[in-house]
Amino acid sequence: MSSPGNVSPAGARPLGDPVLRCEDLHRSLGQGEGRVHVLRGVSFAARRGEVYAMVGPSGCGKSTLLYLLGLLDVPDRGEIWIDGQQMSRDDDAARTAARCRHLGFVFQFHFLLLEFTALENVMLPMRKLGRWGPSEMQDRAHALLASVGLASKTHRLGNQLSGGEQQRVAIARALANEPSILLADEPTGNLDVRNSAMVFELLTGLARKNGQAIVVVTHNPELAARCDHTLPMRDGLFLT
Amino acid sequence: MSTNLRIALRFLTARRKAMVMSLACITLGVGLFVVTQATTTGFERFFIKTIVGTNGAIRIEDRIQETLRTMEAERGSDASGFVVEVKEGRKYIQGIQDPALLIAAVQRFANVSGTSEVLYGSVEMRSSFKNEAARVYGIHLDDHLQVSDLGRQIVRGDLADFRQTPAGTLVGVKLAERLQLEVGDSFQLQAGGEVRRYRVSAIFETGVGDIDKDRLFLHLGEARSLLRRPTGASFIQVNVVDRDRATQDAAHMEAVLGHSASSWQERERTWLDVFRALRLSTSITVSVFTLIAGIAMYNTLALVVMEKTKDIAILRSMGYTRRDVTRIFLWQAAMVLAAGAVLGCGLGAGVTYGVSLMRIRIRGIFTADHFIVAWSVWHYLAAVAISVVMVMAASLLPARRAARLEPGDIIRGTAQ
Repeated sequence: MSSPGNVSPAGARPLGDPVLRCEDLHRSLGQGEGRVHVLRGVSFAARRGEVYAMVGPSGCGKSTLLYLLGLLDVPDRGEIWIDGQQMSRDDDAARTAARCRHLGFVFQFHFLLLEFTALENVMLPMRKLGRWGPSEMQDRAHALLASVGLASKTHRLGNQLSGGEQQRVAIARALANEPSILLADEPTGNLDVRNSAMVFELLTGLARKNGQAIVVVTHNPELAARCDHTLPMRDGLFLT
Repeated sequence: MSTNLRIALRFLTARRKAMVMSLACITLGVGLFVVTQATTTGFERFFIKTIVGTNGAIRIEDRIQETLRTMEAERGSDASGFVVEVKEGRKYIQGIQDPALLIAAVQRFANVSGTSEVLYGSVEMRSSFKNEAARVYGIHLDDHLQVSDLGRQIVRGDLADFRQTPAGTLVGVKLAERLQLEVGDSFQLQAGGEVRRYRVSAIFETGVGDIDKDRLFLHLGEARSLLRRPTGASFIQVNVVDRDRATQDAAHMEAVLGHSASSWQERERTWLDVFRALRLSTSITVSVFTLIAGIAMYNTLALVVMEKTKDIAILRSMGYTRRDVTRIFLWQAAMVLAAGAVLGCGLGAGVTYGVSLMRIRIRGIFTADHFIVAWSVWHYLAAVAISVVMVMAASLLPARRAARLEPGDIIRGTAQ
């Protein structure tokens, strides 16, 4: 088990209260005899403006923890707080609303809606949130795509973009609703070295600039080393 | 445009061929339903128009005499309180004794628009060619024109000639053909041993074979003289403003006037049941297309759900609710359904118009030389309603399945 306090690299300064916190999370996956106790009581806290890297071998529970923190899954035991609000036992509607307001996701496989343009993909979370008017949403989407270097490709469909470009659109989309937490599951796992570095820089740079907490699951030790906190995991627990 | 609708619109392109198949099935289902309803209802309405135009909406004839009644002694403190129960019966006394009095009473009913006193009897009709048994109907022409379509049923000759000629007759088209009579020809009628000569003023065709082959009209006075029935009438033919109310009016008249009264619905129950059964069976048959459309839509949406699981997961991760996901898939079904309904109504209207131009010779229960169609907005509404129920019910299952998908499971499954 690990906490941010005892895994923070030297020089990292916590900013205020944790925006994301979990305690004693347990989660088993599978059925019957094949059921595996993946998370065995994980506790963790993330603060705004800081980047956390979860590293570890495949199957150690990194992604499972990320999905729990992202309210995409429900823990068997344990609690999750987002912005101080206990969420793990809330119903699906409340967790869905919290995802819309507080969380941004970047996945390994981009997950763009391929029938939509880059601009429309970035606008999708904003349309659901309903905080901005149509023209404001368009302006924001243009600005976000410009910030990830895709100002000239806003009207390209998802399948007309390269892998690296799709991942940059996914980052812009994850930032669209100004979430307080950004969760990224192997965001560079499907990219070449040059694109990996660029995407990682974009992700962390924009999030730091906006004061968002970032939790990244990665196998890449170089990228993990560039994060504020590295959280090694094994057998469903953080290594202290 | 709502976001869910916008997403649904784009998802529609994911399975374009399957969607087009569903669209085609809905279009065919709606179109064929409209056409079959238009033709069956068209013929049914034409049949009703024919029989009401020939025999009237209500016919009042024999006088009713109650023969037996259940008797019950008054139940008081001193009374014995016995009851004599017998099976009630009624006797019909043929004809109407005082038609003028009865007509005056009938005309007080609000729905009645016309009455005609009719006297009929059997005669032998003789032409220079052959003899035929026939039924003479004695009428006051102007009264009878108010309760029938006799004016429009004249195919040769002129009603004015009949009106002005005491010995003039109106002869059924088949009867005239059998006796080889034409307008202006003379013939003889024999009744009760007396033979009289008459002239064909006009020939009529009701379209009902049984009527056209043995009916001829005389002036009422002439019929009374020929049939030797100086008073009374065989029946009163009644026309009404709202013919759908004829059954209730007939029952009311029977109770009030003490004469049997039958509405067109009672008289023609057999044929009306045949038309109803035909309409229902064709509706069920063509609804199979709509059922197939529902199954096709189910299959298509199930495939789209399978293909779009990742998209569903990402939408859910962005904050789209289960209800949003359900709506996205129901919108897809609704859009195909709307397009199918519009195209189907267009197809139905086009084919109905085409069918109405088709020539077909029908004689027997009515006369028609082309397909008869009915134009009714209800046919279109019913067709659309059936397709809405079937297609949306079939779409609900895959839509709800899509909504039940857990985004965590999908993303985990993709990542592995």
